[in-house]
Amino acid sequence: MSATATISAHDIHAHEHEHDHHELNFVQKYIFSEDHKVISKQFLISGLIWALIGGGFSILFRLQLGFPDANLEWLKPILGEWIQNGKLDPSFYLALVTMHGTIMVFFVLTAGLSGTFSNFLIPLQIGARDMASGFLNMLSYWFFFVSSMLMFVSLFLETGPASGGWVIYPPLSALPQAMSGSGLGMTLWLCSMAIFIVSSLLGSINYITTIINMRTNGMSFTRLPLTIWAFFITAIIGVLSFPVLFSAALLLVFDRSFGTSFYLSEIYIGGEALHNMGGSPILFQHLFWFLGHPEVYIVLLPALGITSEIIATNSRKPIFGYRAMIGSILGIAFLSFIVWAHHMFITGMNPFLGSVFMFLTLIIAVPSAVKAFNYIATLWRGNIVFTPAMLFSIGLVSLFISGGLTGIILGNSALDIQLHDTYYVVAHFHLVMGSASFFGFMAGVYHWFPKMFGRMMDERLGYVHFWMTFIGVYMVFFPMHYIGIAGFPRRYYSFTSYDAFSTFGDLNMFISVAAIITFSSQMIFGFNFFYSIFKGRRSTQNPWKSNTLEWTTPVNVGHGNWEGEIPSVYRWPYDYSKPGAESDFIPQTVPLNHTPESNLPHEIEDAKSEIIH
Amino acid sequence: MNTFIISATVILLLIIFFLLVRVGSLLSILKGSYNKRVGSSNSINAVLFPIFFIVGLALIFWSASKFSEFYLPKPASEHGIITDNLFWIITIIIMIAFVATNVLLFYFPYKYQYKEDRKAFFYPDNHKLEIIWTVIPAIVLTVLVIYGYKTWTDITAPAPKDAVVLEITGKQFNWIVRYPGKDGKLGTYNYKMIDATNEVGIDFSDKLSYDDFLPREIHIPKGKPVQFKIRARDVLHSVFLPHFRQKMDAVPGMPTTFWFTPIYTTDEMKSITGKSDFKYELACTEVCGKGHFGMKFLLVVDEPEDFEKWYSSQEAFLKKNPEYLANIQLDSKNIAIK
Repeated sequence: MSATATISAHDIHAHEHEHDHHELNFVQKYIFSEDHKVISKQFLISGLIWALIGGGFSILFRLQLGFPDANLEWLKPILGEWIQNGKLDPSFYLALVTMHGTIMVFFVLTAGLSGTFSNFLIPLQIGARDMASGFLNMLSYWFFFVSSMLMFVSLFLETGPASGGWVIYPPLSALPQAMSGSGLGMTLWLCSMAIFIVSSLLGSINYITTIINMRTNGMSFTRLPLTIWAFFITAIIGVLSFPVLFSAALLLVFDRSFGTSFYLSEIYIGGEALHNMGGSPILFQHLFWFLGHPEVYIVLLPALGITSEIIATNSRKPIFGYRAMIGSILGIAFLSFIVWAHHMFITGMNPFLGSVFMFLTLIIAVPSAVKAFNYIATLWRGNIVFTPAMLFSIGLVSLFISGGLTGIILGNSALDIQLHDTYYVVAHFHLVMGSASFFGFMAGVYHWFPKMFGRMMDERLGYVHFWMTFIGVYMVFFPMHYIGIAGFPRRYYSFTSYDAFSTFGDLNMFISVAAIITFSSQMIFGFNFFYSIFKGRRSTQNPWKSNTLEWTTPVNVGHGNWEGEIPSVYRWPYDYSKPGAESDFIPQTVPLNHTPESNLPHEIEDAKSEIIH
Repeated sequence: MNTFIISATVILLLIIFFLLVRVGSLLSILKGSYNKRVGSSNSINAVLFPIFFIVGLALIFWSASKFSEFYLPKPASEHGIITDNLFWIITIIIMIAFVATNVLLFYFPYKYQYKEDRKAFFYPDNHKLEIIWTVIPAIVLTVLVIYGYKTWTDITAPAPKDAVVLEITGKQFNWIVRYPGKDGKLGTYNYKMIDATNEVGIDFSDKLSYDDFLPREIHIPKGKPVQFKIRARDVLHSVFLPHFRQKMDAVPGMPTTFWFTPIYTTDEMKSITGKSDFKYELACTEVCGKGHFGMKFLLVVDEPEDFEKWYSSQEAFLKKNPEYLANIQLDSKNIAIK
């Protein structure tokens, strides 16, 4: 009896063993992979390709804005009929602006940033072998892939891609007669976004489930690295807000194709009066911004989480105010749902509602300020190592402050009257959301590249890349404030017909040149990235001397992440430069019992009751 | 040929770049510098931060004063002066915060750059400090909210009863303006009555519409409240009057409105700005299609008596387009012709 039991247990064990080491074929390993690390690399490479396309679009329209008289005939081989008589077609200009926004916000900074680092870091930093559902995770990437292919195809339509701005306000986006991009291009945009939302929800549900259920022994919520906190809250925001965009898009599909009137009313266009009555274009804006504003934080919070981790590691200091950081993430996340109408102060909504939203909006400045102060306090009396990741993190804090402060002006409804939809807004959100998140993205790539590919990126190229990008970003976006204060409206193909906006030609040229240089310097990164994957110096196991769990895995992480047992966790992730300790870092896996010399008073108590796994 | 030379040069540059990188990394391996915790680049980066900040700040102040002549154009409405003041007050506050935080942010990396013999200061939190820097922004923001709220409610309060009323309708890609005529009341409209001539769909079954007129530019009197009733007939547009600090979306199916009091006539603005060809302009600020950037309309601020003269000299739409009389019932026709 007992012998049979032993044998069958042995059989099961052998079977499991075999299962673990089952050789996967190429397709299972690299294409339809269920391994979180491969999926994260898929997101990363896709995100970088989209960043190249989206960034390239911005260079095209900056050419038009900076050099309105230039002959662009040389672009004809690429753009074809969109160049007419050496000039960029005004419809195509709007298409470029729209696609730049859509690609950057959704494909680069949502899928590229969250997709890469949530996937990569959540299992590694909480101590799990993989995501809760590898299959859903794979679906998440491939839904994203299909969605991005649809958007890519729309770029080649004869009528052009969607061109009513990334916010696709109806009726412009609902009526193909209103502009050429509202035809098939808009249909593809809506299909693409619907599929993107499915991808994002699959990802987010997986992140939340994994973080709640699969933390290793001892990894309580108060021992989670701030990256994980940021990804966790980001995923929750995504789950709550993306479905609202889905419904907004669905109703727009109905209006476009099935003759409903959710957003349309009393319209006369193309020589005929439409039958639609009783709809409201403002309804769409409410639904859109109910996602659209939290989306800002979906993009920004992961970047802030990554920065928290990198600044602490490279300052060789605990992050200042760990609990305050978590509190401010929670505060920002909560507030992000109740401020959406600050995008709509001048849509004709009730002025009283405007004052409520102004009040709520300005409250967000408080947790944001706390975050900025905490970063600075972390640098104070540190012992700072400037890796490229650290440079980008410090850059992020600077951009976050610069861009965030102008939010105090824009959030003030009385001032928003003049500044709404001008370049002031463009400057504001490109600094605080676009550039800051992009810097977080870059910081993350530089920091976790050794873990991803087992090799190091070239540091000096990283320094050059950082300084060119940092200076470039300020050169591009700081002068835009001036243009905005002068009242220049955004999404204008040309300013020449107005006396009020005839100034600043030189400054626009300056911005365009700065944008071209900044964009070109990203090629340094591209080279460094792809070169280092194959030829970079081999990484050591813990190159940044970091405390978090991912650095306890082998240099080249295999399927299942840890050989043998998953390590247990005995302390928070920020024991850097602890007084009394020999080394300037104590990894999370070191029990308090082993470090009596550096334990703090409350830890001495904890150490007594500590159970070593 | 040119293309060939350019691509050859680019390829050559790339090869040189590639070789430089390779040589550099081999050198660092030879020197063994990667074994050290930090190389000499650490102190270079540390110094670059304060340099970046000082040069950047100097450039900011230089450029800010250089371009100041183009900032917020001279406010020409009563509330514009108030919002401009608010704008500059908050700008000063945020510039102080900007400089104060960035000084520390760029000084600390220099001051606390890595040194082999130093250990960082283990400093996980300080509740007093955290409370202070939570409460101070909260207080400042509260004051700003109250100030902003007061300004906003004043601006968006209902228009005074004696305001001069006009209606502006946005369409792809121009504006149509309608005044109520002598009776001071706009006639109703119906979008189904729009045609090539009757572009805003004036409903002539309403007697109030008989004397409505549609001029080619907007005239408003100085010193009197003016109310814009805003409509759109196809897609969203937005009425932006930069000099009057006014902006409001034009929404199909949902009329919107704003009002303000102009304080300078066009002629006065000519001498204030020193531009003899100064004109008040109206622009569209909600993307509305291909011609979005060209939706300009002109506005003239007159002395009140000149405005009255201009107003009474305008001819009603019906007078200019008598064919619309055909749709009006006989008994009303006499009123309409007058």
